[in-house]
This record gives sequence, structure tokens and C-alpha cells, in this order.
Amino acid sequence: MEAVNSYRNGPNEKGLFGMFGGRFVAETLMPLILSVEEAYSAAKNDPSYWEELADLAKHYVGRPSPLYFAERLTEELGGAKIYFKRDELNHTGSHKINNCLGQILLAKRMGKTRIIAETGAGQHGVAVATVCALFDLPCVVYMGETDIVRQQPNVFRMKLLGAEVRGATSGSATLKDAMNEALRDWVTNVDDTFYIIGTAAGPHPYPAMVRDFQSVIGNEAKEQLLEREGRLPDSIVACIGGGSNAIGLFHPFLDDTSVRIIGVEAGGHGLDKGPEEHAASLTGGRPGVLHGNRTYLLQNDDGQILEGHSISAGLDYPGIGPEHSWLNDIGRVEYVSVTDDEALEAFKLCCRTEGIIPALEPSHALAHVAKIAPDLPKDHIMIMNLCGRGDKDVFTVAKALGVEI
Amino acid sequence: MTRIDSKFAALKEEGRAGLVTFVTAGDPDPATFRSILKGLPEAGADIIELGMPFTDPMADGPAIQESSLRALNAGQDMNKTLAAVTEFRTENDTTPIVLMGYYNPIYSYGVDRFLADAITAGVDGLIVVDLPPEEDDELCIPALKAGVNFIRLATPTTDDQRLPTVLKNTSGFVYYVSITGITGTASGKVTNVGDAVARIKRHTDLPVVVGFGIKTAEQVAEIAAVADAAVVGSAIVDQVKVNLNADGTAGAGTVDAVLGLVSNLSKGVRG
Repeated sequence: MEAVNSYRNGPNEKGLFGMFGGRFVAETLMPLILSVEEAYSAAKNDPSYWEELADLAKHYVGRPSPLYFAERLTEELGGAKIYFKRDELNHTGSHKINNCLGQILLAKRMGKTRIIAETGAGQHGVAVATVCALFDLPCVVYMGETDIVRQQPNVFRMKLLGAEVRGATSGSATLKDAMNEALRDWVTNVDDTFYIIGTAAGPHPYPAMVRDFQSVIGNEAKEQLLEREGRLPDSIVACIGGGSNAIGLFHPFLDDTSVRIIGVEAGGHGLDKGPEEHAASLTGGRPGVLHGNRTYLLQNDDGQILEGHSISAGLDYPGIGPEHSWLNDIGRVEYVSVTDDEALEAFKLCCRTEGIIPALEPSHALAHVAKIAPDLPKDHIMIMNLCGRGDKDVFTVAKALGVEI
Repeated sequence: MTRIDSKFAALKEEGRAGLVTFVTAGDPDPATFRSILKGLPEAGADIIELGMPFTDPMADGPAIQESSLRALNAGQDMNKTLAAVTEFRTENDTTPIVLMGYYNPIYSYGVDRFLADAITAGVDGLIVVDLPPEEDDELCIPALKAGVNFIRLATPTTDDQRLPTVLKNTSGFVYYVSITGITGTASGKVTNVGDAVARIKRHTDLPVVVGFGIKTAEQVAEIAAVADAAVVGSAIVDQVKVNLNADGTAGAGTVDAVLGLVSNLSKGVRG
């Protein structure tokens, strides 16, 4: 039984974290959403479900991922002692697989025979295509046409894995439109289809469910650091688009109030450059309702959703998981933003000092680490979630640096 | 008695079903839209559904998605939508107007302010796709208190166990979505629709209207035989689209083409 005054009790039975979250979906989907909730509640209390997941995590994904002391980076920055939680070493190259395995096991339990998903950068799409191959289920991944052009290697990966990639052409043809298309597919195919949402957003129970699957990151990190240093970290840092890797790292530490928690949003060209020049929903948006939940959104005065911008296709979503919105409003987590240029510098820093090519998403987290670490004492221990590897981003980075490859 | 109640009472007296027409407010531009709106009752629309355009219409097919974007690109916003209703009411005080759309533009406008302004403008009912009964506290209960009908969608996935939940705070009429799918796609089999309407009527005395995928006067007539009214949406907004100039602007014939289609569709309920 958890303490009543805990930050970890949410959501309530209506799927709310404070005022955020909920189930803002069309009636056609509502019975299905309720059945997902029921199935997840049952699975959550079934030890065999978690045993199967843990077995796959260990033998298929390669968990636990290492907690690595980034010594050269620490020396270079000259302050806080920096650890990387290395979820980029997971099978498929990011934290996304943690959630996909949890959800596909649930889909199997529910007797669903077809999987759909949305993807932005393609990391989630690749992870979904992977688990669908593993479990022999047909898979359709919706991806904005703009992203299909930007992320060709991941499109090809998904196809190799047997998935059908369908382009979303409406609106701006990016992640939010891919999510609209996936929801439209789901409304049309409610009987046999399970929707594997990739981030800790969407209608209840998705934000809680995705968080639970990603919490393996924070739980492992806590145990690993206790073993290594005999204590909790002083601060933990993660990047945020929808916020699944961040909530996965943060959640197990929420009640450890000595731990400073920082979420890093994508500041794009800069928050001062205009509402469509960044993807910082919390630091540059306001509460609204989209894709099944109430949360902070990038929107205009009329409540129309704006296009975010980030150099990282995985972060340019105009919303954010509802639990982050709540953690922001109650002040438990600090949310900051870094620009495209700062993230690029951090990307290069990580390659140069640690021999690790990070994805552009965690490069945002690292950019903030690089900002604050030098001013922190040497006995300050910081964990940063290195949630994805950067192979997929080398073309984008080359272009940004003016290099032709 | 609201305009919606009066309309269904009048239809009953006439012994026929009604035609509900959907157009997106501000499509293809504010002025052309106001002309279409003004002409709808005479063309045969018994009830008018006005789509409040939204950037992310998750339950709509390509036709209504495109019409929303046309309207938004032409500068439509909630103020203009409400102003169009106000203008319509200076000449017509009987044809019910139902605003249909998604919650965020209303939430952004402010629920209390929206209800007050909608009533002043002459709006009779609301259909908000992404507000299921589980979220009734948001807008449904405040709307009912303010005297605006809150019209709920029932779908093929709404089984007998769930129907009472869906119908509980519904008023004006029940909108039966005849297919599991998005707007503008293939229509359901009429036999199924008849069964579904009968099933809903076992749970409520409210009129039941049927929509999604109805495109022709013949289909309107088939639905009219089993329900209190038929809704046509995508076919009408498609008529807007195909009658635009090459550059996407409204042409001389756009308004007449749309009203001509409505007039033709209305034969399905007028025999």
C-alpha cells in the first residue's frame, strides 16, 4: 500500500492526474478503451504476465541496460558526476521496445489479431514492427508523409520487419497526423485491432500503462546506482517529446524528494522565435484536449493545434503526456528547453568524449546536463537517460552541419 | 420546448422523416458559407448541423478533414461561426442549428462563455465527438443546465448494457452512427440500421437520427423509412469541393450547386 501523500498514486479511476488526462474519445472507441483498461488491470495483477515480460526484456531486449559512469564527459564538464542510463543499447536502439512488449502481450491476452501504431521518427514504429514479427501479428504503422521522407532508413526497417507503412497526408503530415490516422483506423476496426500507442499520452489507461512499462528504466537505475554508489542520485534528467522515456526514469524517483528531476523539451529555433518554431508544450503551450487527453498543447487562440518544430523528429509533437503536465503544475519536476543548436553541440560532445553516438532526442537532455553540470559540486550525482542511439540521425546531423554524405 | 423539439413535433405532424444537413462553418470561405447557410432551409434542410472546424478531426474522413482545413485557411474561427448563427437567426427562427465538432476549440474559448454566446447566437444543440459520457462534467452537464441540447452519438459498439449510460444525459435527439468508422465511408446495411434504431427506441423516447455514409436521395429515403431523420454530411462538403475554382476559391455556382444537392437529397424525405 502506497502512502496517501505520494506522487505515485495517479491516475484516479477517471484516468486523471490532477486535471490532466481523461478519456476524450469518440463513442465508438469508448467500449474498447474500457476493455483495454479492464484487461490491463487484470494483467497488472497477474504475476505470469510480468514474468513473461521480464523474460523477454532480459533475453530479447538485453535488459537491464547498463548504468554507465561517463567519466570523460564528467571531466570535460568539470562538475557533477554524470551517469548515463544506456537504454540506447536495447534491441531496436531505444527505450520504445520496453513499452511495445508490454502492450503486445496485452493485445495477445485480449485476443486481438491486428496491430496498429503511429510513429514520428520511426523508433516506435520499428519497435512495434519488431514485436509484431516476434509474435506473428499483422502490423500497420501510420507515419506522416513528411516524416517518411525525413526518416527513410526507419521506413525501410519497418518494411523489412514485415510492417505496412501507411503515409498520413492530412494536416502537416507529421506525428500528430499519424496519430489521427491511427485513431481513424482503430474506429474502423474496433473488433480485431489493438493500438500500440508509443508515448505516455492518449486516453486512459495508455498514459499509466506506458509509464508502467517504461518504469523499468528508473527502477533499474535506482538499484544500479545504489549498488555502485550506495545512495540515490542528486538529480535525474531526460528529454521529453510525449515523455515516455522521461516518465519511465522519473516515476520511481518521484517520492524521493531529495532527487531533483528535470525534463528537457525541444526548444527548436527558440521559444522566442514564435509558436511554431519549437515543440515545448509545457514551457510554451497551454492546457487543451487532443488525442484522448487533456494536457499542455501547442495551440493558437482559437484552440487550433499548431505544428511543433524540432530538429529531432521524435520530439516535434504538439502535446505531452498528461502526467508531465500535472508534475509541472505541482512543481515536482522542473521543465526546461534547449534549442536545436544546443542539442547538436551536445550530440557532438557525446560522440567526442564518450564514443557514443546518441539520438538527437537524448542530445537535448545532454545539452541541459552540459549547461548545469559545470556549476555543480563534484560529489553531485546525476543520471541522464540516454534513451536512443543516433544511427538514425546521422543524415539529419550531417545536413545541419552542412556536410554531404 | 426547444426548436429541436418543435421541429420533430412538426415532422411528426407532417408524417415524414427529417433531413439533417451538415456543412462546415466557414467552408470554403466565410461569405460563401453564410450564403449556403442562409439557403439551406428553403433547399429542404430540416435541421442544420454546423461543423466547428478543427485542425485534428479524429473521427472524420477525408471530405470533412479537407473542408475543415479549407475553412481554417480562409480564417474561420469560433467567433465567426457564432456570428454566422446570429446572422442566420435574424431571418430564421425555426430551423434548429446544432454545432458539431471537437472539444478543444470550445475548451479554449471557455465553456461558460461559449454556452452563453451560443445561446445568444441562437444555437440549439451541441454534438461534441470527443466527449463521451465519461466526460459529462466538462460540457454536457453545463450545457443542459444552460438549456442547450446535448446530443450524443450512439454507435454499433454501444451495446444494450452501455446504451443507458450514453442516453442518460442526452437531449434533443440521439444520433446513431450507422457504421464503426469515420465519416464519409461506406454506409451500413439498412436492415442493420433498422434493428439498431429499434433497439435504441426501446431505451428512449427521443427521436433517433441516423448518419455516416449517406450520400444520395435514395439512401436518405431508405433511412427515412426506419429513423426519424437522416444526416448527410460528407456528400455536401464534397459538393463544395468539386464546385470550387481551380485555385480553390468559391465560384459563381458554388452556392447553387450545394443547395441544389440539398434540394435533391430532400426528395428522400418528401417523397
